[in-house]
Amino acid sequence: MQNAKNPATSNQENIQPASEDNNSLSELKMTVSPHIKSSLTTKGVMLDVIIALIPTLIAGSWILGPRALLVAFIGVLSSVLAEYLYNRLMKKDITVGDLSAAVTGLLIALNMPVTIPLWMVAFGSAFAIVVVKQLFGGLGRNFANPAITARIVMLLSFPAAMNNFVMPVQWNSKTDIVTTATPLYNLYEAFKSGSPDDYFSTLSDFPSLTSVFLGQMQGAIGEICAVALLIGFIYLIYRGVIRLAIPVSFVGTVFAVMLIAGKGSLNFAAYQVLTGGLLLGAIFMATDYTTSPMSLKGKIIFGIGCGLITCFIRLFGSLHEGVSYAILIMNLFSPLIDRLTRPRPFGESKKGGKQNAKA
Amino acid sequence: MANENTPKVGALGTLTNGFVKENPVLRLVLGTCPTLAVSTSMVSAIGMGIATIMVLILSNTIISLFKRIIPSKVRIPAYIVVISSMVTVVSMLVKAFVPVIYEALGVYLPLITVNCIILGRAESFASKNSVILSALDGLGMGIGFLAALFSISFLREFVGSGTLLNNFTSLVPFLGENALGGFNGLDVASFFAQNTNLEPVKLLILPAGGFLIYGFIMALVNRMNHKKGKPSVTMGCEGCNACEKEAK
Repeated sequence: MQNAKNPATSNQENIQPASEDNNSLSELKMTVSPHIKSSLTTKGVMLDVIIALIPTLIAGSWILGPRALLVAFIGVLSSVLAEYLYNRLMKKDITVGDLSAAVTGLLIALNMPVTIPLWMVAFGSAFAIVVVKQLFGGLGRNFANPAITARIVMLLSFPAAMNNFVMPVQWNSKTDIVTTATPLYNLYEAFKSGSPDDYFSTLSDFPSLTSVFLGQMQGAIGEICAVALLIGFIYLIYRGVIRLAIPVSFVGTVFAVMLIAGKGSLNFAAYQVLTGGLLLGAIFMATDYTTSPMSLKGKIIFGIGCGLITCFIRLFGSLHEGVSYAILIMNLFSPLIDRLTRPRPFGESKKGGKQNAKA
Repeated sequence: MANENTPKVGALGTLTNGFVKENPVLRLVLGTCPTLAVSTSMVSAIGMGIATIMVLILSNTIISLFKRIIPSKVRIPAYIVVISSMVTVVSMLVKAFVPVIYEALGVYLPLITVNCIILGRAESFASKNSVILSALDGLGMGIGFLAALFSISFLREFVGSGTLLNNFTSLVPFLGENALGGFNGLDVASFFAQNTNLEPVKLLILPAGGFLIYGFIMALVNRMNHKKGKPSVTMGCEGCNACEKEAK
């Protein structure tokens, strides 16, 4: 984001005097902006995202078993391979080196249950890279987040395999893997029952808030451990890779709406925030530069929109999880949000228009 | 095309025109709605294709016969009357002889009436050419439509449900139960399910998958035409003539 912001501010100062006398423009020696270059590169940003995802991956494979590492490896490998093959086949520059394909592959793997057949991971990765990203022009031109789209494609294509969640086990113990519904189903029932707290007390094996926070619940590899996700979040904020606006407004909206929906039950709202793919989506996927608005106001609108759609799907939809659909829908809205929240250039009146140019 | 400024193509050219070069679905992007709707299974796609071929030939022939009688101001309603009569005839035939296909196609069978391909050919070809050429054009365009439906439905059914020509006997019930050695389609998915964990990609039988496959096949055909050095086709030029008048 900073990359895009810096030239924008320096732009205005340079173009303003030039536009007043167009005739002398050709005599002026001008260099194309940006004039101030940041050391931020695509590769550096992507590397930061990978570093931020590592705690989540470690937590996921610790809680759900080492197969998670295999799933992640296949995800990254097939994404990078798909990008390489597409570039070779279409005789384009090989863009594997910017690590964006590796991030996509890793995110897809983290969105999968640990039991997923490996060919499905490869299929999802290849779909994300080729159909969602490369066919639309590659990095920076995709209309939707490739990882989110791949997750939705796989949810629609392989509903059984994508919902085959297992109980967290100490993988070195001899216990068999138990397949269960996610806590989100219980939350849905809790909402329908009218008084969530009473409903929770009737459940015998419902995980406590602490164990949910630490990742002792059913879910996809990357979405279970809130602590690890928050470590990654803090790292990304510290490095300046993402800004607070989208994650905070997204999660805040879900918390606020769920607080109302749960009739003031803090427990209910906290469970809603900590379970499902909310944190993973809000931190790592809704903040994708290409598919989220640029201005601060736009980001907040985007986050609130994501939160509202997530809540509506979770509370009233036939699905119990709506994060990925929410992000995809708001991805499609982000060009419109960008148009509506375009920052006012210096010197322009509040009503818009180019009064300055006329004067 | 039999336009004044394009060279005459003859009977064979008229027939093959619709196969690839001006394929109504893949090159002119006409008839998209039935294409996406019925291409989830090969059998219904073939049924739809054959019904459309019949309507196209009949309506093209009749409109070409009456082309001097129909006043040009009311030609579109007149064409629609002819086309809808033909659709009624064909849908009665389908209901009588292949009732399962009639059920499978549902509302899309009567909707052939408003299929742009048929009205487009009436307007741009049959109203200007001889009866025989018009019938050939109808056949060629129909075969192009069938070929496009066949290729789209092949991929969608094969990858999306893991079968090929599933329920094939419903397409030829008049041949009897054991016609063609009792062939009733291939079940590829269960074959794979025995030895591997491969399963069909259900997305492709959903509308979104239909659009994806449609796009891929369209891109492939465009690429084939590009390699041959043929220019891209624009729809409706021959019917409109607006730029020709300007040039004159």
